[in-house]
Amino acid sequence: MALSAQPISGRVGAAAGTLVVVAVLLAFWGIGLRAEPGAGLGAGDWQAIRFTIVQAFLSSLISVLLAIPLARALARRSMPGRDILIMLLGAPFILPVIVAVMGLLAIFGRSGWVNLALDAVGLPTISIYGLHGVVLAHVFFNLPLATRLLLQGWQSIPAERFRLAATLDLPPMMVLRTLEWPMLLRILPGAAALIFVICLTSFAVALTLGGGPRATTVELAIYQAFRFDFDLSKAALLSLVQLALAGSAALLALWIVPQIPLTGGVDRQVQRWDARGGLQRAGDAVVILLGAAFLLLPLLAVCLQGLAGLAEVPVSVWRAAGVSLWVAALSIFVALALALPLAGWVATRPRGSAEAIGLLGLSASPLMIGTGWFILLNPIVDPISLSLPVTAVVNALMALPFALRILVPPLREALTAYGRLCLSLEISGWSAWRWLILPRLRAPLGFAAGLTGALSVGDLGVIALFADPDRTTLPLQMYRLMGAYRTEAAAGAALILLALALLVFWVCDRGARLHAES
Amino acid sequence: MRRTLIAAAMLLASQAGADTPVLTIYAGDYFSSEWGPGPMIETGFEEICACDLQFSTGDLLPRLLLEGERTKADVVIGLTSDVTAKARATDLFAPHGQDNSALTLPIEWTDDTFLPFNYGHTAFIYNETTMPNPPASFDALLDMPDDVKIVIQDPRTSISGLALVLWVQAVYGDEAQMAWEKLAPKILTVTKDWSASYGLFTDGEADMVLSYTTSPAYHMFAEEDFTKKAAIFPEGHYFMVETVGKIAQTEEPELADAFMNYVMSRDFQSMIPTANWSLPAALPKSEWPEGWAQLDLPQNVLFYSEAEAAAVQAQAIETWRSALSQ
Repeated sequence: MALSAQPISGRVGAAAGTLVVVAVLLAFWGIGLRAEPGAGLGAGDWQAIRFTIVQAFLSSLISVLLAIPLARALARRSMPGRDILIMLLGAPFILPVIVAVMGLLAIFGRSGWVNLALDAVGLPTISIYGLHGVVLAHVFFNLPLATRLLLQGWQSIPAERFRLAATLDLPPMMVLRTLEWPMLLRILPGAAALIFVICLTSFAVALTLGGGPRATTVELAIYQAFRFDFDLSKAALLSLVQLALAGSAALLALWIVPQIPLTGGVDRQVQRWDARGGLQRAGDAVVILLGAAFLLLPLLAVCLQGLAGLAEVPVSVWRAAGVSLWVAALSIFVALALALPLAGWVATRPRGSAEAIGLLGLSASPLMIGTGWFILLNPIVDPISLSLPVTAVVNALMALPFALRILVPPLREALTAYGRLCLSLEISGWSAWRWLILPRLRAPLGFAAGLTGALSVGDLGVIALFADPDRTTLPLQMYRLMGAYRTEAAAGAALILLALALLVFWVCDRGARLHAES
Repeated sequence: MRRTLIAAAMLLASQAGADTPVLTIYAGDYFSSEWGPGPMIETGFEEICACDLQFSTGDLLPRLLLEGERTKADVVIGLTSDVTAKARATDLFAPHGQDNSALTLPIEWTDDTFLPFNYGHTAFIYNETTMPNPPASFDALLDMPDDVKIVIQDPRTSISGLALVLWVQAVYGDEAQMAWEKLAPKILTVTKDWSASYGLFTDGEADMVLSYTTSPAYHMFAEEDFTKKAAIFPEGHYFMVETVGKIAQTEEPELADAFMNYVMSRDFQSMIPTANWSLPAALPKSEWPEGWAQLDLPQNVLFYSEAEAAAVQAQAIETWRSALSQ
């Protein structure tokens, strides 16, 4: 491979990676300062570990499998409203869990639309509660992410390849085998690992849709240890278990990603001559329709409930929305400042294992990190006064793996395709970033920024641990409304939250691509 | 404009800080939101204390435990009876200095560290339009057909969920396992916290929800909805209480004592029902706000003392977990 000499160095990236590792280690150290030796893992904990692995494995597998036809259909079709559809399809991923659960139950619940329809035509009704419900919810959350990552993969196949395939008159099956399958092999393992880790850390969704303590996950046990039993050593131990599970999944997936040398195209508009047949069209249409129905109907339910409650929303919710925007902006900045150099570093290495560093923040449990930092900050400053910046930084750490997964593949491609050209022109370091990488990374950067911002807007995060009463975020304010019987106002707040998260996403994602297309 | 406002507010705050003493009260997260009891309490107390009352909200017990001696709290409000044992063990608290005999709780209260300011009981709430024949006892609840669905909270993550397992333990004792096994098929699901459960109930997903005897009051007085009722069981209902505690090393001991006096005052107690949607701890029923005396409340009240609860809690949760995991 020609990866030995590179126009960019990995030093800044390695430093960013070290920073992430230190941030997480500091949290463990903080916990360690206060932890007393406690009981080890009990029978219930082992059951939780087993269940966590099973549901996360099934959820990630099904998410990526379903994403393949959906992303392929979206990649092959250009239709009016396609961009809006793609953006909306991303929305489930950024919803706060409680809102998403309410939306899902409005469709699949006991008195949901599906059961009403089944009942109306005299068919037996279905129950969503159980392992299948957990997997359904996780697929709902993560199918959008998997689809976007795969779509990005499809868009990375140079138009010239499809042109050549058309010249050779290759049938759709052969196009799949020669052009699309190799791309999938590069994208799928990383996407699956990332979703595995997200599902690993799930807890309220798993419990609610799993129907009870059978569906206990490790994250629930961490929460219990921190907030109920206040058993810091057990919490840290469970965090380590989660970290180990996430780490091994990530290392395995990133390690098996095959090295396929690519040559670049000249960025021509893609045309899919192979997808013009009627059967192909009909198939894609069905896939897009089904995918859109599955992902958008629960959102529609959230919107309908929210519209009814919009009038009840108190002014403080709007103020909280302003605070959330500020937190989102800060966390976008921090996430990109870490992700960009890190992605550069990962992309210059022959194998992608270093990307696993990005998963640390997500898999070590934000609760753990928040508590650890609280212990360390407390003697120095009042942690309450730092609640917003800390929330933003923890959000950034959580979004880091997504940002890396979005940035690394195109960065690697840019380096593979143009690295030698760059070197021969003696363009390196900052110039290489400025003239080669950043222009080619505009769209993924916008996507990563949008995702980070939207996640941050929707995430309750660590602010619940130590909130400043006068400066709350939108999710926290929504939870407060729910906790005070104000279900309708809370639904209204959820709608505002959804709109705000989508707006942040749209501004970043669309803004970057507009530039790229001009 | 905004910046000027913030600057002005900060200036005012710093001036207030220079002239008047500050009483810092740690409170649960819900407390200081505009619809919580915090703002009314703040206004009411500042009228009589010549001080600045500041709430600092968050996770009460974890925060106290993490801060230890370094805590900035003068008073802590909102500690529930299931965490008072851990809070007491920190040795951070001083006697509350109030007369327990002035309390109007349905149980006898002898604790001189943690002072109750409101109470309620666990109860299953139903909608009488969709459930005309609610269970009349806990036994009847267990014997309901399996297609009647209830939602409860997880005792490992929620205080009301914990109160439920203690409730079952208090009613059924050694037969708690059997009771949970009978109840299991009727449990639609278990949620992390009270809010999610209650949302499922108001959305019509579940027929009954584990909540409080005072929940119907919100619907009655805030929404004029008289269809939500608490099913009252003759076996008794588990008692839940929220307390106030005074930090021993406070720099404002007189102010803290004045606040404890204020908690027991008629002014404070008569705010509790509609601000906190719970029952006042030191106000005779005859003085409750209009309509509150008509609320369905249990005759029989069950309660484990701190020590008893600590002794049975772990086993009660494990019984719950194993019965519901089958």
